[in-house]
Amino acid sequence: MSEHASPVSTGGSVGRVEKKIFRIDEGFEVSCGKRLAPIEIAYETCGELNADRSNAVLVLHALTGDSHCAGYYSGDDAKPGWWDIMIGPRKPIDTDKYFVICSNVLGGCMGSSGPSCGNPDTGRPYGLDFPVLTIGDMVRAQRRLVDHLGVDKLLCAVGGSVGGMQVLEWSVRYPDRVFSAVPLATTSKHSAQAIAFNEVARQAIMADPKWNRGDYYGGERPAQGLSVARMVGHITYLSDESMRHKFEADFQVESYLRYQGNKFVDRFDANSFLYLTKAADYFNLENNWGDGSLVAAFSRARARYLVASFTSDWLYPTYQSRQMVQAMKKNGLDVSFCEIEAPWGHDAFLLPNGRLDELMAGFLERMHTEYEREAVHAL
Amino acid sequence: MRFDLQVIASWVEPGSRVLDLGCGSGTLLAMLRDEKGIVGTGIEQDEERAGRAISKGLSVIHGDIYEEVEDYPDTAFDYVILSQTLQQVMDPSALIRAMLRIGRRCIVSFPNFSYWKHRMQFLLRGRAPVSRELPFEWHDTPNIRVIPIADFKRFCRGLNVPVLKEVAINNHHHDERGTVVTFLPNLRASYGIFLLGQPEE
Repeated sequence: MSEHASPVSTGGSVGRVEKKIFRIDEGFEVSCGKRLAPIEIAYETCGELNADRSNAVLVLHALTGDSHCAGYYSGDDAKPGWWDIMIGPRKPIDTDKYFVICSNVLGGCMGSSGPSCGNPDTGRPYGLDFPVLTIGDMVRAQRRLVDHLGVDKLLCAVGGSVGGMQVLEWSVRYPDRVFSAVPLATTSKHSAQAIAFNEVARQAIMADPKWNRGDYYGGERPAQGLSVARMVGHITYLSDESMRHKFEADFQVESYLRYQGNKFVDRFDANSFLYLTKAADYFNLENNWGDGSLVAAFSRARARYLVASFTSDWLYPTYQSRQMVQAMKKNGLDVSFCEIEAPWGHDAFLLPNGRLDELMAGFLERMHTEYEREAVHAL
Repeated sequence: MRFDLQVIASWVEPGSRVLDLGCGSGTLLAMLRDEKGIVGTGIEQDEERAGRAISKGLSVIHGDIYEEVEDYPDTAFDYVILSQTLQQVMDPSALIRAMLRIGRRCIVSFPNFSYWKHRMQFLLRGRAPVSRELPFEWHDTPNIRVIPIADFKRFCRGLNVPVLKEVAINNHHHDERGTVVTFLPNLRASYGIFLLGQPEE
């Protein structure tokens, strides 16, 4: 998609990064009441934590992303991390200034504990015995990681899409630990339409005979179902206009979607997909924290917010971001908001965008200054 | 900075909470923050200007002023500023009431329609005035109101909104220098700037 976007990438690369694993042996009780132990969380960091530990930026990935947000794992990697355009020296999230932490979510399949991991009770992969997870559970695990890294208060939590839901959850669940928050292209709860697409995707997986009620780890995987699930998802990430740009001939879109679906099968676990989409569908900030009121939910928050949406995002349209902004304003919170003109649909936050770059850089710089000033006052 | 904005800035007390409606790229807010230590927020409809303001480290919401003023709690601000926008407002009395709900004080500025140069154009040429202050033809103007200073004062009396301060100035609104007009302002001033207080019961 990036061939249609204007190249704006400046700055350098963070270079080589390493996937690390943080382990909580005793685990914790997840919100459905089951105990999950041990827990492992895959993460990477770039930049340096400063002496007063005031420059940590937690980057939260979208549904099927991972902990690899910038730089390269090895010298011959074809592709850098998923947000390399945003994170690096002299880039908007400037690793010369900020200490970036990115973790793979609990329930994922890129190094964190998820359904494909071994169940200590049986010695076999969890499959459907893995407990149902919420966005809140993912955030609780991330909090433990942040504790482990010696960060009391994040300068900023930033993420798009399902990553943006985690940003919102962080800022409401742990108001004292988040100085600022940047939820991008996200929502405080899924619309019926978003749930509908996820349900079609899940049904595609479960209709694949090879899925075998989640118990497929010894044999063939439900590749067909997972591929269709990805195709459904991929449609929601694009826009009418981006498809028109991308596909000059009729029906090119078919082979493109099949290619995307097949590529996805190589890197993603079908059960993880089921768990993560359910967590996103169940996310509901107003019910979980505000007894049905989004204004009440944000009354817990203390963070300064930068909210951004994209004009062509029909998965999480601008009105959903505006509802959040409205609730923040009613609570007297410091909030900035911009609806960014972009034709590429929901995925726009991952593509080069000069506007997003300048918003992020300017906001983070102000936050850094204000955080330092507040820290001085507190002494 | 524009002379009218300098006048507005001089009325704002240091350290206060300020909402700037139609803040553009945030020139006034940035100046008030840097020189008066105010806590500022802006509303701006244009994406590019709103983006530039946020990138300057200002707190700005990209949106429509009529909708955005509704969400703030009562007396959330010390000053709510509406600079050079009243002439484009559909329902001025509703907006000014909303501004006085969320702010203790309200600062309004607008081009004076009864400025003598405008009168001359209409009188001598029989045509709608086009000037540096009102640089639009009748068919392409965003301005839907004509506001003489004298009428604005009558309008405030009608709303029981007290005018706490008023200054009429004579300059092009992009000029950094201008003069304050005290003699026959309704005729001689190109802009009016008003500080409004809470409506009297």
